[in-house]
Amino acid sequence: MLTAQTRTICIVVALVPLSVLVALAFGTVSIPIYDALLALTHSANDASVNRSDLVIQQIRLPRAILAALVGALLGICGATTQGLFRNPLADPSLIGVTAGASAGAALAIFFASSISNLGGLSGLSLISFGAFLGGALAVILVYSMATNSRGTSVATMLLAGIAITAIAGSLTSILEFFGNDEMLRRISLWRMGGLDGASYSRVVIAMIFSAVVLTILPRFSTALNALLLGESEARHLGLAVQNIKIGLILLVAAGVGVSVALAGTIAFVGLVIPHIMRLLVGPDHRLLLPLSAAGGAILLLLSDTIARTIFAPIELPVGLVTALLGAPFFISLLRHRHDYGMR
Amino acid sequence: MRPLLNVDEVSIHSPNARHAVLLDSVSCHVNAGEILAIIGPNGAGKSSLVSAIAGDLDYQGSIDIMGVATEPKLRARQIAVLPQLSLLNFPYRVSQVVELARIPHATGRLRDSEIVGEALTAMDADYLHDRLYTELSGGEKQRVQLARVLAQIWQSDDAEQGTRLLLLDEPTTALDLGHQQLLMRALKTFATQGVAIIMVLHDINLTAQYADRVLALLCSQRLAFGTTKDVITADNIKALFNVDSKIALHPNNGSPVVIGL
Repeated sequence: MLTAQTRTICIVVALVPLSVLVALAFGTVSIPIYDALLALTHSANDASVNRSDLVIQQIRLPRAILAALVGALLGICGATTQGLFRNPLADPSLIGVTAGASAGAALAIFFASSISNLGGLSGLSLISFGAFLGGALAVILVYSMATNSRGTSVATMLLAGIAITAIAGSLTSILEFFGNDEMLRRISLWRMGGLDGASYSRVVIAMIFSAVVLTILPRFSTALNALLLGESEARHLGLAVQNIKIGLILLVAAGVGVSVALAGTIAFVGLVIPHIMRLLVGPDHRLLLPLSAAGGAILLLLSDTIARTIFAPIELPVGLVTALLGAPFFISLLRHRHDYGMR
Repeated sequence: MRPLLNVDEVSIHSPNARHAVLLDSVSCHVNAGEILAIIGPNGAGKSSLVSAIAGDLDYQGSIDIMGVATEPKLRARQIAVLPQLSLLNFPYRVSQVVELARIPHATGRLRDSEIVGEALTAMDADYLHDRLYTELSGGEKQRVQLARVLAQIWQSDDAEQGTRLLLLDEPTTALDLGHQQLLMRALKTFATQGVAIIMVLHDINLTAQYADRVLALLCSQRLAFGTTKDVITADNIKALFNVDSKIALHPNNGSPVVIGL
């Protein structure tokens, strides 16, 4: 017999490949889904390669893979952060990683523009590197502020995260203030998030990090389930709480850091997706973590498709679309929170 | 016989303010199969002592639990703790909450769900099995949490050397009269299977009726420790709570009953 829960899982899992197909088929040039599928089987130096094959293989496929991986990372990291902070309204950006990464990227844009041409590949990877460094630095600061000899206080981490976010935010604003028009445009575009820089080299980086984060995080499911009771309760259940916290923070920092570095700040995926999944299957992390990854991939794939097509040939930053899709949905969730036992 | 838990001159200093003393060289002990009640006014150090025994607070002196494992997972099969406050605000089903207690165990899914059912029944909460925890009343939540800590040390076979210790911090605060009696009777049965139970209680008459030993704390220090008859006296009640009282004897079992004057 198929329970409602099993049905939900099957639907969510089936939607992932479907969303990939949609992302491949739609764009400035629409390609029928069958042709899109066919294009994947053609090899690049085949004689039968046509224009739509090239579009799919060189532009849309890396972009779709990147969208799926970044979405999955944001979704699973969001679910993890909410569990770790025991707060269903927490967001991975709470530990300062997003703001830190933004500041790092802004610094890279500001100072690198004088040395090299930012349009090139080296410029892009320099920004990504700056973002990753900034994100990592912010997490280390937040973590050390909240840690003393007695362990890490997640409540203090939350407040420290707000402080670091404010500092990093004003640093970015200062750079925007003193930057020229080109820098300003680059920084604000980057802040809105976008997958337009997708390339196979970025896909490889995303794949390496996703492989680590997406396989290790689900191993913490039981620990996260116990952590929802409270930290000392989890310790009384025989869990090494301090080590678990460090592991979770590192994985979330890596996951969010790399996704921000590759695709800019993409709002609401990490907040809304775990929420929807919890609404569908309950707070058990053994289901919640994998489903949040799948849901994040679906949302980002569809959002990016909308971002590319709605004002084609102009592309919207995907962060705008996820926020525009996510925020109203989130507001409706808040209005109905009593229906699923949240106060 | 060596007591299951021996607390010897334990002092606890506040981790925040160096000079604040939460507990000042307190000693007590409890045997397997006994219930030790800790009584005293608010802020006397009752919860601090429970936390120290649970391993959450640093202390001076010695706390010796007979046959306790050092490995956290095995230790969790021996010692279960009910804190004063529950922070859980995620919409788990009640059965899922109690199931968390089986994390340290390897008894298998089937046996675990049996134990969950039995523990819920013991706390008269089996009818809540599929409800959302966040939608329960305060007393119902407390019974579910009690079922959870009971389920954690449900079987003697799971605990190394049969050592089982149950620490309850004010388990009766949200319970109605009927469920208070139900809880105390369930704990008494649990104790007869060889579990040592330590509980912080505010209801002196409940203490007098069910506890085997009583530790009275006043201003971080031990005022009295011994059997209920020794500790629950009009003088001690006056010293602890500044309440004039008369001690009568329970018509059925002869335990002391405190009558406020």
